[in-house]
Amino acid sequence: MAEVLVYVDHVDGAVRKPTLELLTLARRVGEPVAVALGNGAADTAATLAEHGAVKVLTHDASEYADYLVVPKVDALQAAYEAVSPAAVLVPSSAEGKEIAARLALRIGSGIITDAVDLEAGDEGPVATQSVFAASFTTKSRVIKGTPVITVKPNSAAVEAAPAAGAVEALSVSFSEKATGTKVTARTPRESTGRPELTEAAIVVSGGRGVNGAENFSIIEALADSLGAAVGASRAAVDAGWYPHTNQVGQTGKSVSPQLYIANGISGAIQHRAGMQTSKTIVAVNKDAEAPIFELVDYGVVGDLFDVVPQLTEEIKSRKG
Amino acid sequence: MSLRIVVTVKYVPDATGDRHFADDLTVDRDDVDGLLSELDEYAVEQALQIAEDADDAEVTVLTVGPEDAKDALRKALSMGADKAIHVEDDDLHGTDAIGTSLVLAKAIEKAGYDLVISGMASTDGTGGIVPALVAERLGVPQVTLLSEVSVEDSTVKGRRDGDAASEQLEASLPAVVSVTDQSGEARYPSFKGIMAAKKKPVESWDLSDLDIEAEEVGLEGAFTKVDEANERPARTAGTIVKDEGEGGKQLAEFLASQKFI
Repeated sequence: MAEVLVYVDHVDGAVRKPTLELLTLARRVGEPVAVALGNGAADTAATLAEHGAVKVLTHDASEYADYLVVPKVDALQAAYEAVSPAAVLVPSSAEGKEIAARLALRIGSGIITDAVDLEAGDEGPVATQSVFAASFTTKSRVIKGTPVITVKPNSAAVEAAPAAGAVEALSVSFSEKATGTKVTARTPRESTGRPELTEAAIVVSGGRGVNGAENFSIIEALADSLGAAVGASRAAVDAGWYPHTNQVGQTGKSVSPQLYIANGISGAIQHRAGMQTSKTIVAVNKDAEAPIFELVDYGVVGDLFDVVPQLTEEIKSRKG
Repeated sequence: MSLRIVVTVKYVPDATGDRHFADDLTVDRDDVDGLLSELDEYAVEQALQIAEDADDAEVTVLTVGPEDAKDALRKALSMGADKAIHVEDDDLHGTDAIGTSLVLAKAIEKAGYDLVISGMASTDGTGGIVPALVAERLGVPQVTLLSEVSVEDSTVKGRRDGDAASEQLEASLPAVVSVTDQSGEARYPSFKGIMAAKKKPVESWDLSDLDIEAEEVGLEGAFTKVDEANERPARTAGTIVKDEGEGGKQLAEFLASQKFI
């Protein structure tokens, strides 16, 4: 069976969930060979083996942390040349897409970004994408070179599928361009203890109706009762009530959780673009005419300051 | 020495319009008004600010697109860009990201540049890969997804806010930069700016001006193929209740019925 390269997104050896989802999809098109780079790369092997990696290629060097993107492209290209895979799959993070794009160009291949599903086809992998604010779905293929495809979080369920996961050291020689963009300082984001927005199974968001940074505690309390991530509309972010890293929408992050709860969000196209593929959508809004209600599976027309705390209490009491 | 800044912009179908696909599965541009991609306005803004801070600088705005794409150039000129380049050719119809990066890179080289600034992504395709592709083609540093950017002497610096960390980046010019919507609000064109824009030069280049063969771009040259595009079925109407004191509890009941609690 053909081998498929899977680029591993990890933090100091802890593999992030979208990579495990990617291994599930990779098994549909071949045998996953994982590529893990940077600090803790070898520590990823056990988790990757458990989820189907037949082989784990690892390499660590200070260049991965000290310079932007290009060293990782050099390494992925080295893995590509060593393996000659049938496809290269990369998680659709901002950095993942940049790495994938540069690799595709170097190896003379096409690239498909932000796939939400992947299946084997007669002429190579077929990627499903959700476009135009999720009003259309397309099916596309790479028709030149080796398919390079980036896949969005929550596109597949994580499945255990134990495989050998033999660790091999990857040999990498960095290009002259690898050190072009220096990372002069790095401030790790403070953990909120909540799941990462794009990876979360449940997202609870607040918008203009939350009416102040201090009121976001109501949204956070609901999120915590469900083990959810917190999102915010652009209006709430622009008003300075919540950080931009939590913005859901066209200019922020696009999310596709099992459950999305929009509170005090009208549902402008820019916001819908970022959440319309959520499996179940719920909204609370005072305005019965808000466009968000066109999308919902369940909507409550009411004051979020009444409805949300009541909901949070009810969830807590049901969970005991 | 003059600082030559090239801003790449895209003319996109209005997201509030009814966007759909043409028979050849490319984006139908006839039925929806187009405009300058909102995310590119931030790139124009940062270019203008960098130019204002430099002793001597020139901002050129560049687009690849059909005849109507001139509207996007006019908007950027009315904001304050000095001149514009429009790459237009019938053979460009259906060009994918790889092909677009080829045309942009050739045009940027022909125009001459010290700094290329792009928006973080287009508001239609939303891929966000073209700046990295252009940097790879030009063989210059990519300093992308910046929420803050500045140029001092021949160094570009910026802040990139990622999921796990916020990074300070630095590279020597020439370089390719992309900026997010956090980089600073884009200015509105003034009446004076709109009037002045009418007199600013817009150069038109076609593929032969850039030494690109027709088969390298367009649908023929594409590295990817769309086999199907299907409109998503409208969501079935959901249940909507009015809160009369029990709205939160009713919602909890729904979430429990869907096994979320």
